[in-house]
Amino acid sequence: MATYSTNEFRSGLKIMLDGSPCVIIENEFVKPGKGQAFNRVKFRNLLTGRVNERTFKSGESVEGADVMDTEMQYLYNDGAVWHFMHPETFEQVGADEAAVGEAVKWLKEQDMCTVTLYNGSPIVVVPPNHVVLQVVETDPGVRGDTSGGGGKPATTDTGAVVRVPLFIEEGEMIKVDTRTGEYVGRAKD
Amino acid sequence: MSSGDWRPSAVLETLRLRAVLFARLRAFFAARGVLEIETPLLSRAAVTEPHLASFVVSEPVGTQGPLRYLQTSPEYAMKRLLAAGSGPIYQICKAFRAGEVGRRHNPEFTMVEWYRPGLDHQQLMEEVAALLGALLAGYVECAAPQCVSYQEIFRRHAGVDPLAAGVSELRAAAQHHGVDAVAGLTAEDRDGWLDLLLTQVIEPCLPAGPLFVYDYPASQAALARLNSQDERVAERFELYFNGLELANGFNELCDPAQQRSRFARDQQRRRAAGLAAVPIDEHLLDALEHGLPAGAGVAVGFDRVVMLAAGASHINQVLAFPDERA
Repeated sequence: MATYSTNEFRSGLKIMLDGSPCVIIENEFVKPGKGQAFNRVKFRNLLTGRVNERTFKSGESVEGADVMDTEMQYLYNDGAVWHFMHPETFEQVGADEAAVGEAVKWLKEQDMCTVTLYNGSPIVVVPPNHVVLQVVETDPGVRGDTSGGGGKPATTDTGAVVRVPLFIEEGEMIKVDTRTGEYVGRAKD
Repeated sequence: MSSGDWRPSAVLETLRLRAVLFARLRAFFAARGVLEIETPLLSRAAVTEPHLASFVVSEPVGTQGPLRYLQTSPEYAMKRLLAAGSGPIYQICKAFRAGEVGRRHNPEFTMVEWYRPGLDHQQLMEEVAALLGALLAGYVECAAPQCVSYQEIFRRHAGVDPLAAGVSELRAAAQHHGVDAVAGLTAEDRDGWLDLLLTQVIEPCLPAGPLFVYDYPASQAALARLNSQDERVAERFELYFNGLELANGFNELCDPAQQRSRFARDQQRRRAAGLAAVPIDEHLLDALEHGLPAGAGVAVGFDRVVMLAAGASHINQVLAFPDERA
């Protein structure tokens, strides 16, 4: 497995810390002019989702985490496990609730997601940046109001609650940005 | 598609500000009769301090010649001029430190260094404060600097005596302030633990405005003379502004034997840390042997002064082209 020196640290790098795969969120280099340099690193444990800080003496090396981001298609949920399939090899993996986490409310069958595999098992699921969802419940639409001012909550077929403009009706398809949870627009058929 | 990395990372307004500050620097020193000089950036000798990494420059492939080192500061060459009788001198130059990249660091940076034969470090601190005031005038409010000893800032902000505490006490103080499990720091590296406390615990607490920290531990004397009253400390100071380290100054060590033994100690530390030995600057030792007039010297990180004047949070905002775009 590759090792990484502190001077290769950057946000997004995946390394092993305390036996867990972690991703670096922030890396700050600090050094007194005449003294020892340190890297102060903020990281997320990919297994628990917890964010922590650690200080390294600069020049130290850590083991890279043997994790792989793979584009996979979401198939279905059997009640406990969310099943994904590799589009070329047709290999299937099952992700548990911890791995799916917040992504659960955006998961729509057949959508392509980024699944992070560690030792072959999914540990993180990231939904596509934009998803198209059906509104299953919202207050009646206000016809003619296209200003979008104000808005109202709408529940989607995946269970997410999204703030939508007043003119959106039940049954309509809407496009949502999963990174912010915000309504982007009506989905064109 | 073009990535846009050909563009400067500083806005033109900041580059104009740099030019204004250069002009102010030169006016300041001209008015005080300090001579502007230049010395080589490439040297056959290198700095020995274990925490400074020199870039090594070789001759073109297929030709022979000695390796050269890009200077980490112009200190050695400037002291040779002082020994040759130059009188007060200053220099605005590039300095290079391998591996130093971050919000406050670029491996190639601009340094202002000057020497005042006949002044001690206390008098030089006054001149540093005057220069800072002259540079920042109209950009940032610059009050009269506070002065605190290294020992006092450790007592105040980390609750530990840096001159007396052992490594276990220093480690406990770090833990007490939420800094635990530092990968790679050994129990033998007492100065490493001091630097850890300084950067992780103390610097974030430093007051707004200018602050001189003085009387550094003798183990961190570098090229400063030891205090004759208290040999636990060296006559070395640092200037901070809003917690940002701006300058490092010394009452200069003039004793060639002591200088040689510090070089030797540095080389030992380099070996212990697995670093390559570097050629010692024999010209500097010869110059000290000839006689360096008693005096004080200081180096100011010019880019950081520009950061302050521009209100920049990242050094790249004040450089035309930082290392990643160079």
